[in-house]
Amino acid sequence: MSVLVNHDTRLVVQGITGKEGSFHTRQCVEYGTKVVAGVTPGKGGQHMDEIPVFNTVKQAVAQAGANTAMIFVPPAFAADAILEAAEAGIKVIVCITEGIPTLDMVKVARYLEGTDIRLIGPNCPGIISPGQAKVGIMPGQIHQPGPIGVVSRSGTLTYEAVYQLTLQGLGQSTCVGIGGDPIIGTNFIDMLRLFQADFQTSGIVLIGEIGGTAEEEAAAFIKAEVSKPVVAFIAGQTAPPGKRMGHAGAIISGGSGKAADKMAALEAAGITVVRNIGELGAICKKVMGA
Amino acid sequence: MKIHEYQAKQLLKKFDVPIPQGGLAADPHEAYQIAEALGGETYVVKAQIHAGGRGKGGGVKVATDLDEVRQLAEAILGMTLVTHQTGPEGRVVQKVLVEQALDIKQELYLGIVIDRAQARPVIMMSAAGGMEIEEVAARTPELIVKEAIDPAVGLMPYQTRNLAFGVGLDGALIRTASSFISNLYQMFMAYDCSLVEINPLVITTDGQMLALDAKVNFDDNALYRHKDLIELEDPNEIDPLELEAKKHNLNYIRLDGTVGAMVNGAGLAMATMDLIKLAGAEPANFLDVGGGASADMITNGFRIILGDPRVKAILINIFGGILRCDVLAQGVLEAAKQVEVKVPIIIRLEGTRCEIGRDLLKDSGLNFTVAGDMLDAAHKVAALA
Repeated sequence: MSVLVNHDTRLVVQGITGKEGSFHTRQCVEYGTKVVAGVTPGKGGQHMDEIPVFNTVKQAVAQAGANTAMIFVPPAFAADAILEAAEAGIKVIVCITEGIPTLDMVKVARYLEGTDIRLIGPNCPGIISPGQAKVGIMPGQIHQPGPIGVVSRSGTLTYEAVYQLTLQGLGQSTCVGIGGDPIIGTNFIDMLRLFQADFQTSGIVLIGEIGGTAEEEAAAFIKAEVSKPVVAFIAGQTAPPGKRMGHAGAIISGGSGKAADKMAALEAAGITVVRNIGELGAICKKVMGA
Repeated sequence: MKIHEYQAKQLLKKFDVPIPQGGLAADPHEAYQIAEALGGETYVVKAQIHAGGRGKGGGVKVATDLDEVRQLAEAILGMTLVTHQTGPEGRVVQKVLVEQALDIKQELYLGIVIDRAQARPVIMMSAAGGMEIEEVAARTPELIVKEAIDPAVGLMPYQTRNLAFGVGLDGALIRTASSFISNLYQMFMAYDCSLVEINPLVITTDGQMLALDAKVNFDDNALYRHKDLIELEDPNEIDPLELEAKKHNLNYIRLDGTVGAMVNGAGLAMATMDLIKLAGAEPANFLDVGGGASADMITNGFRIILGDPRVKAILINIFGGILRCDVLAQGVLEAAKQVEVKVPIIIRLEGTRCEIGRDLLKDSGLNFTVAGDMLDAAHKVAALA
């Protein structure tokens, strides 16, 4: 089954004519994703390869039937792009852009509250349902269809995890990078709920990192609501307090957000916590391999 | 981005948040002159470094006459101030803030942060002023009053009343407190702050409310729309290697160990540091060269890692996705030509075109050890450090 993106995904790429946008659009097309439209204001009527470009998302929805959006616009315009997609009726919005001001995301989050719109990211690699659709910047070829759901706050670390799973013969239902910013559209709990309900998914890999308390909240949710096995890894056990470790959200502040606390919370909830990232695939095989 | 107390107070003043009278001094004579102009009988001399805990470290002193102001300024300026936030090496004090001492009746705490889970700014107030809020939260959480602000409507007057009455202020002070809180919130929003703390917020014996101390951090992602703030950054407060890295758009953080690390992606970089530690060594840095690292960025990354004399070995860990491993390998070889490398380098390449990348490195005749997987790489590098 997989979650959020699949064979029915009809993608519009916002910022399709930019360097990043055009490059990754082609990668998605190559993977088999149905990219039905692009949006770049002022370039409506043009084409990017065979893909029609529109001036607005509203036009892309009306004329090309887009139902999912992927955003590559620069940080200063990203909040606007997210709201444009939402207002145009798009239900799954994937925002790749890194560097969006936090207060812009406060407004976006407020707008999306109580709606059925799912925003993935920002500052994320996107989402892939192997063999069906890739909506993001992850390397498609390391993935393989199968039963494991992967949810992560990171990019390359997720690729590392997926690669190890694939080497162990464990394919993936859907892999989602939820993003490294302090305010993100979809959190661990949202994804856990979807994976728990998805019949293709039989096990879940959760990759967290320092900063905030999302992993602690996920641990409590897993204990109460998730019956499928979960294997977790937390990056940043050696990170010093008060320093942003690359991601805007990866910072230990005021004694909260430490890796050790997150690992303890997950373990207390009965979740297998991998200490050595090099062993993630092998441990998943042991815990979830049929 | 962080700024000094005196800079934070200038911003507060701009937003009509009351602050004590005072001035900034770079030498003892200047301190004397500021105090003289202030008048009054007692003065406070405060070291201006970014770290908290200045008082306990001996960086904040009270003077009872002008000569004492000069003596204290002389003692504090140039001292290496060590607090729980500076690390053992401390910070050299280059400026002091000289302020009028106040007759304090009561000390409170007032802070604004972005709450991640609620995705809203949250204003926190506590009657336990002068104490760190984390400590109050751990010991006496009932003393903290919180109000989350709906960005669609902004801060409402009832919320400032909830806060002010909530910390036990009496009716006469409610209007003063409300305008203080409201003005501070305006500043938080106007400047894209990530944290504002007034600790302590004091009430004087004559019923005034003032920000006795002020800590203001800004959201780095929003600095593009606040060009006026950029000049407030004090390069003396930043590690020289971190400053250099910033110029080249590299995410570098200096740590205390001996294994330099260069990785693509922040999460993988953290996981690599953790692995180095698990293998029995200590990481010397965090360095994320990003997903699309060029030969230029790799060269700069190398230079910065090697700028740390403690580094005894380097681990390069790349998961090639969009960034192809053969391109990466060429970048590393190019960098090795430009930068003299005297320490051993372990490289682990995985992902897109990794075989070609590994062969390029093996055949280069340079002192690289190519590792099989992350575990192998960490053990090899730990053995060398």
